[in-house]
Amino acid sequence: MKEFALIFRLSDIGDFRPSPEQMQERMNWLAGIAAQNRLVDRGNTLLTNPGSAVTVKPGKVVTDGPYTEIKEFISGYIVIKADSIDEAVAVAKANPIFEQVGGSIEVREILKRD
Amino acid sequence: MVERQSHNELLTHLFRQEYTKMTAVLCRHFGLKHFEIAEDIASETFLKASEYWAINGVPDNPTAWLYTVAKNKARDYFKNLSIFETRIRDQFTAENDESGHSYEISTQLISDSQLAMIFAVCNPANSSKGQICLALQVLCGFSIEEISEAFLTKTETIKKRLHRARMNLRNDNFEIERLNKNDIDMRLDVVLKTLYLLFNEGYFSRSNDRQVRGELCSEAMRMMLLLTENPLTNTAQANALLALMCYQSSRLEARTSDKGEPILFEEQDKHLWDETLVDRGNYYLVRATDTGEVSKYHLEAGIAYWHTTGKEDIKWQNILGLYNRLILIEYSQVTALNRTFAFAMVYGCQEALAEAQKLELEGSSSYHALLGHLYSGLDSTKATEHFHIAISLTKSKAEKQTLSKKIQRLPDGHTSVK
Repeated sequence: MKEFALIFRLSDIGDFRPSPEQMQERMNWLAGIAAQNRLVDRGNTLLTNPGSAVTVKPGKVVTDGPYTEIKEFISGYIVIKADSIDEAVAVAKANPIFEQVGGSIEVREILKRD
Repeated sequence: MVERQSHNELLTHLFRQEYTKMTAVLCRHFGLKHFEIAEDIASETFLKASEYWAINGVPDNPTAWLYTVAKNKARDYFKNLSIFETRIRDQFTAENDESGHSYEISTQLISDSQLAMIFAVCNPANSSKGQICLALQVLCGFSIEEISEAFLTKTETIKKRLHRARMNLRNDNFEIERLNKNDIDMRLDVVLKTLYLLFNEGYFSRSNDRQVRGELCSEAMRMMLLLTENPLTNTAQANALLALMCYQSSRLEARTSDKGEPILFEEQDKHLWDETLVDRGNYYLVRATDTGEVSKYHLEAGIAYWHTTGKEDIKWQNILGLYNRLILIEYSQVTALNRTFAFAMVYGCQEALAEAQKLELEGSSSYHALLGHLYSGLDSTKATEHFHIAISLTKSKAEKQTLSKKIQRLPDGHTSVK
């Protein structure tokens, strides 16, 4: 089996705080992946509030947050296993994020080192 | 004749209770290298009791009698053996002379010895099957025949499993005299897992022998009690696991019919649930939350707690939430299937079918039983199909019967649903 990182992006900072119902749906989705024994790493959620996100740029210039310049910001990631990228995409498509707030999920195969 | 029988019964009962304790106490003196000598002395002691009591009647305090005999046998053994001369004498006599009562048997000594024995037996080097067999034999006093009955496995296989595990126990260099914090930290996880499996073996056992099953559960609980009574091992996880066992065993009576057939949760006579055990479960679950730690035992105890409540409106939401967290901690087929069942209770069978089909556990009888259940209100033909596959996959007669009943109860597949 191959491993894939699913990288979540949200387009609006305001969407970052989900309602309890939205949380439950997201949890169901994540646990559903675990129930298929496909979850390799439940990853992390990346905070966005002021003081928790800065970007270091060439010339060691530090700017506040990633959100001032790019439209979508990364809110988190997980790692799953699947036979093909199509399977991984099918898992990503079921994520409630699309019904809830929009945003995107980037699916990236992970290079396996021995 | 009557008297003879009663003394035999007493002896069987005492044997179960005292044999493992006695072995543990003796092991503390001999060290684990010689644990088989401890077992021999304990066995000889009971043999002597069965002969002596048959002629002279049962003494007033049978337990004290047994320990006195064991004590003397141990002394004789060391007097006669060269091993005593060469290796242990100095230590043995010094200890004996100083205290003068190193064989004095107190309740504290017995429970300390037993606790130490639990940790000695639970060696991370053992395979999990070998581990359970060894625990049953050394900690619970089960015979090889009884173990093979409990597992529905050939005695030869059990003997092989035991052989390796006993070798590990003998050669382990585990310091049994004084249980130290380091050993506890290293092994507590394995100890809890072993007792958890031991309990489940009884609770979910395919063996139809109700008595054996009940004994497995109560032995596991007896040892969990020892753990929670000792400050060194009275951890949040230990309390959570004991809470789980209390909740589960509160339903032990209601779970099987007089004929030994399993009774489904929804059909159990709730009056047969043991309220005292539910209360004990609540007590230990509260104690388990002191540290804020959440282990898989906490989550499973939480699920078992919700099952004891009658709060139908919020129960399944909570159970699903707990299963979601449980499956993230540790994948198992059982958890995956139970989670899907809870999912169906919250979101309905149609939604749950989509979840279930993703599990792809085609070789599992429980998986097809779940699919059969989910199809039951939707498509009787499909439901029947899956129940039949489940029947062909399970080895348990009782399960086959339960599944057949479910097929009979299905709404007629030919009358179309409007």
